Amino acid sequence: MVGIVIVSHSKTLAEGVVEFCRVMAAEAPLVAAGGMEDGSFGTSFERIKAAVESVNQGEGVLVLMDVGSAVMTTEMVLEDIGDDTVQMVDCPLVEGAIAAAVAAEGGLDFAAVKEEALSAWDARKL
Amino acid sequence: MASKDQVIEIIHKVAAAIEREAQFLTDLDNAIGDGDHGINLSRGFKKVEEELPVVADKDIGAILKKVGMTLVSTVGGASGPLYGTAFMKAGDAVKDHVSISADDFIAVLEAAIGGVQLRGKAEKGEKTMLDAMLPALDAMKAAGTADAKAMLDAGVKAAKEGVEYTKTIIATKGRASYLGERSIGHQDPGATSFTVMLETIAEAI
Ligand SMILES: Nc1ncnc2c1ncn2[C@@H]1O[C@H](COP(=O)(O)OP(=O)(O)OP(=O)(O)O)[C@@H](O)[C@H]1O
Ligand SMILES: [Mg+2]
Repeated sequence: MVGIVIVSHSKTLAEGVVEFCRVMAAEAPLVAAGGMEDGSFGTSFERIKAAVESVNQGEGVLVLMDVGSAVMTTEMVLEDIGDDTVQMVDCPLVEGAIAAAVAAEGGLDFAAVKEEALSAWDARKL
Repeated sequence: MASKDQVIEIIHKVAAAIEREAQFLTDLDNAIGDGDHGINLSRGFKKVEEELPVVADKDIGAILKKVGMTLVSTVGGASGPLYGTAFMKAGDAVKDHVSISADDFIAVLEAAIGGVQLRGKAEKGEKTMLDAMLPALDAMKAAGTADAKAMLDAGVKAAKEGVEYTKTIIATKGRASYLGERSIGHQDPGATSFTVMLETIAEAI
């Protein structure tokens, strides 16, 4: 299955997004990379890198992130890994995560899972 | 302008200056950000100080690269990937060097700025560290490299003016951009930390 990593400055936010997705995607390789090593607020190169490696089953990994350094640090991790099947996806975090997790669990391929995450832009609430 | 040993000494001085100014930088970031800029950089440069002896026998390029990589993995905020990429690109500009001239320093700063822009995709006037870095580079080029001390002093003066300029503009990048017009009147923490670093370098030459 396609792996998914949720990157946030906040440990609880990243874990909360994972928890939110788990209800519909119990088996998907989905993991949180939130906060710093000591649990404090921020983004950690090492934690993100370890998270990406932990969900990589060879079918690609999508990384969803919150703002600012979450994007920049993830970008540096991806440059370091240098694998074009490990990519960031620019989408609303919660809506994109649930769409991607369900798609990954359903066995869709990398391009299709990414497209599902991007479709979150069209999911209007009001 | 500086031998390798002097470069190492200057990095220690920069780390000490960041430590000294950490509370001030954090206070600035409290006003328009998330109040961690000084904490972030102080954590990063403490680790840099630990790592410096490990690369003491390497060339200046490798030392600057190590500083960058250390900042990337320890800072935790935007200034980590930004200054991290800056130092890594700076290292590339003086690969294999065992001393640096004033001309090399211009190349180092130019590469560092390129790194910040590559990573953060900001331009002049967005109320970021670039608003101190870009004018400093221009002023140093204008001053010329014949007298390194005069060149650096011109850079510091321009960086300080850049910091003052950040008080007059709206942030459009980084956390302060959430404040919109309310960011006016406050100086940018990153522009300030860059100025602290450049001033420390100028004082050491
Ligand atoms: N895109 C950018 N380009 C250039 N400089 C930036 C950018 N974003 C932020 N900065 C600089 O970084 C400084 C803030 O650094 P700090 O270490 O506090 O990161 P932060 O904003 O808290 O990071 P995070 O994105 O994790 O919230 C700002 O004052 C600004 O100078
Ligand atoms: Mg901050």
